[in-house]
Amino acid sequence: MNHDPFSWGRPSDVQYGAYDTKIANASSNAYPSMNTQQPIITGTSVVSMKYNNGVIIAADGMGSYGSLLRFSNVNRLFVVGNSTVVGISGDISDMQYIERLLEDMEIENNYDNAYAESSEALLPSYVFEYLTSLMYQRRSKMDPLWNAIIVAGVEDGKQFLKYVDLKGVRYSSPSLATGFGAHMAIPLMRKLVDNDEDVKQIDLETAKKAILDCMKVLFYRDARSSRSFSLAVIDRDSGVDLQKLEVENMTWSFAKDIKGYGTQKV
Amino acid sequence: MFRNNYDGDTVTFSPTGRLFQVEYALEAIKQGSATVGLRSEKYVVLVALKRNADELSSYQKKIIKCDEHMGLSLAGLAPDARVLSNYLRQQCNYSQLVYNRNLSLVKAGHLLSDKAQKNTQSYGGRPYGVGLLLAGYDNSGAHLLEFQPSGNTLELYGAAIGARSQGAKTYLERVMEEYLKIETADELIKHGVEALKHSLKDDTLSTKNLSIAVVGEDMPFTLYDGEDVIPYL
Repeated sequence: MNHDPFSWGRPSDVQYGAYDTKIANASSNAYPSMNTQQPIITGTSVVSMKYNNGVIIAADGMGSYGSLLRFSNVNRLFVVGNSTVVGISGDISDMQYIERLLEDMEIENNYDNAYAESSEALLPSYVFEYLTSLMYQRRSKMDPLWNAIIVAGVEDGKQFLKYVDLKGVRYSSPSLATGFGAHMAIPLMRKLVDNDEDVKQIDLETAKKAILDCMKVLFYRDARSSRSFSLAVIDRDSGVDLQKLEVENMTWSFAKDIKGYGTQKV
Repeated sequence: MFRNNYDGDTVTFSPTGRLFQVEYALEAIKQGSATVGLRSEKYVVLVALKRNADELSSYQKKIIKCDEHMGLSLAGLAPDARVLSNYLRQQCNYSQLVYNRNLSLVKAGHLLSDKAQKNTQSYGGRPYGVGLLLAGYDNSGAHLLEFQPSGNTLELYGAAIGARSQGAKTYLERVMEEYLKIETADELIKHGVEALKHSLKDDTLSTKNLSIAVVGEDMPFTLYDGEDVIPYL
């Protein structure tokens, strides 16, 4: 989305008067208080997909300060309860706030709850509904949490995978990705899982290879990505497995044959 | 002489460590008409005897739905039951809206306990004068809870509160093994109505004074009143 108000569609000046430019040029001096206007330290894509026995989700460890790759070891996958992983991209300070809310949610669920480890444990759908309410409430206060979130997990033996962002928009699909991943990872994942029927044909090994390929492509083409990343598998039988990995088997040898930008031969 | 100096308010302990105001509140439950609750593995049933002031008046409602999966019956002060059931409705609603989750019965019991308990330790207030039987079906199955204004909430297989409820309680204790294994809601209701009959003195059960509610597996909380109770009379 373009955040410059001048490029938004507006009612005609003739009808409603000219746009008050003070609004776009607002500073904290001119107005008594101001909420988040832009993300500062950011995390890039989160990618995820379903397979026949669960869900996989991955995110790299970069925390960028604009184009400066400032923090290289930021964890962006959070395990909640024993069947949910939350992957967060966007502003890192807002992400850390959400991380804290998720921890509080686990503590609160244990309070006065005799079944906290069994039938009344936190489920992916509970976590997702909470985050959705939170994101929509904050955008409605004109003070959004600048993130795009993917909740992955297993519930009632079925795969759970849903997306919610800073505007409170939510949707679900057999494969989901945020940021650059939405442009480059989703086309790759949809070759395997184009619809819910396809999920049954995809085993863990195939799905994991697809996610590794996505992370490699994103490392090739996303200037705010890093080589190291976390990957979580939420399996119906074996539960949550979180691992640290690196992008491998890259192809760079062809680069030596490229010279100049057109006519140059040496 | 011999006047009780320790029952003026809820914040005064007697020399023997009793809270008389709370005990008086428990007495209010015994003034109310009887209500019975029992459960099997799959269903929970509430059966209540409604009372009317005179022949011209309607019968006081005894069963209140809180959510699709939860409801309660009362014995004692009806306004207090309204306050508590409204609170439960709010809590069920909150859980549903924020977490997309059915409030568990155990949690509902704790919430009621905490709310009632506050009323027994501060000056100026009074304990709730009502007993509740809470019925519901959640992630961990069927549950029946008995709430007392002292803040006690107990989970039970069968319970009866209100006037002459001891008769119903004795019946439930006697046939417990039988109804715990029951597979259908209708069978369980029959046991509930039979239990309530053991609490009657002068009156007989009719379409006017009998109220029944069921909740369970694949069955949202449903209330049978008036003509709907005929099959069980």
